[in-house]
Amino acid sequence: MDQIVDLAATNLLSPIILSFALGIAAALARSDLNIPEAVAKGMSIYLLFAIGFKGGVSVADHGIDATLASSLLAGIVLSAVLPLIAFGLLQVMGNLSRLDVAAVAAHYGSISIVTFVAATSVLESSGIASEGYMVAVAATMEAPAILSALWLITRGGGDNRRMDGALLREIMLNGSIVLLVGSFAIGWITGADGLAKIESFIVSPFQGVLCLFLLDMGLVAGRGLREGQAVLRPGIIAFGVVMPIVGATIGLATGLLLGISSGGVALFMVLSASASYIAVPAAMRVAVPEANPSIYLTLSLGVTFPFNLTLGIPIYLSIASALTGG
Amino acid sequence: MKTHQAKRVAIIIEQVMQSRLTDVMADAGVTGWTMLPVLGGSGRSGTWSREGQVSRAGGMVQIVCVIRPERLDDLLEAAFRVVDRHIGVVTVSDCEVLRAERF
Repeated sequence: MDQIVDLAATNLLSPIILSFALGIAAALARSDLNIPEAVAKGMSIYLLFAIGFKGGVSVADHGIDATLASSLLAGIVLSAVLPLIAFGLLQVMGNLSRLDVAAVAAHYGSISIVTFVAATSVLESSGIASEGYMVAVAATMEAPAILSALWLITRGGGDNRRMDGALLREIMLNGSIVLLVGSFAIGWITGADGLAKIESFIVSPFQGVLCLFLLDMGLVAGRGLREGQAVLRPGIIAFGVVMPIVGATIGLATGLLLGISSGGVALFMVLSASASYIAVPAAMRVAVPEANPSIYLTLSLGVTFPFNLTLGIPIYLSIASALTGG
Repeated sequence: MKTHQAKRVAIIIEQVMQSRLTDVMADAGVTGWTMLPVLGGSGRSGTWSREGQVSRAGGMVQIVCVIRPERLDDLLEAAFRVVDRHIGVVTVSDCEVLRAERF
């Protein structure tokens, strides 16, 4: 318990979390502080490239083992199954329409890559190693949740023409996945030599860029909370905290079954606990336009993301370390 | 200078639907269009601003095209199939063009 409190305190007072808090506070206070759209987009490209590249280099350094394939498969299964659990839980807690519940469920099966990036940053600063291929696991968890949610809708008698080839292509080849997998492959191919050539660009500035990016995420989350408070009833907000804990527990069991490192288990927990706010909302707007984006975006970005970032990550890391002896 | 009657169709739609809309427009024989960014607005779904959007899901664009009057019905029928269930505004106005053969 002391370890959890210490880690939580260290995490809460880190520059990245304080930057996020500044963003939320500025948005709630209606400050005109704003990160230009193009700058935010540039920073997200940088972070995805850096995290993918470093993951690839790690795999090149340590080689691949039997857990790689099973971890990728586990990621796909988790992403497909978590929406079913989220769907059942939110139906009990939320009193929302079936379409809204399914749309929210899709977000909770998919992942937040920024939460993943923040978690790897905490792992690195704590000196805890993790499997480099977890970046690839993150990429595999983006899409299956969307298919599960659409299945839930059609199973309930909804329109079954929501998924077409164009949408499938957009989901599978969305920019985040392509960049993450592509930079992972580049890192894997070029290895430590490749990293040495661009290290000054993708390693040293990483924490600083992450701070600015989380400042922007705080602004977005704060604005979302301000504008979405009318649709977020207590039961729905509670779901935004309970579901990550449920997801993290399932991620923990999965990581332990796979026999991976404590850092890897913690990242499985983070991935299972996080909710998408980039790839899935776009897919939901195309496939389920009737669902209210204020609910799923505010819940994912305004409730679950801050919870995971501030309290979730240190809790998951401490539990993973305690149970793996890491 | 001689001018020719034409129709100007402006469709404000979610960015995620843009390629779907322009694809059906092309199928309806309308291959010339211009896309403009939408900075924000307010409507039945509440106020909206481009500021602070983290994904394409929140973005809006405006597609503008100028066509011959006889093509209007085909275009509107095609566009309606896309915008029917989505947030959007479709407006049609009369305009005049100098070079009719280009439309």
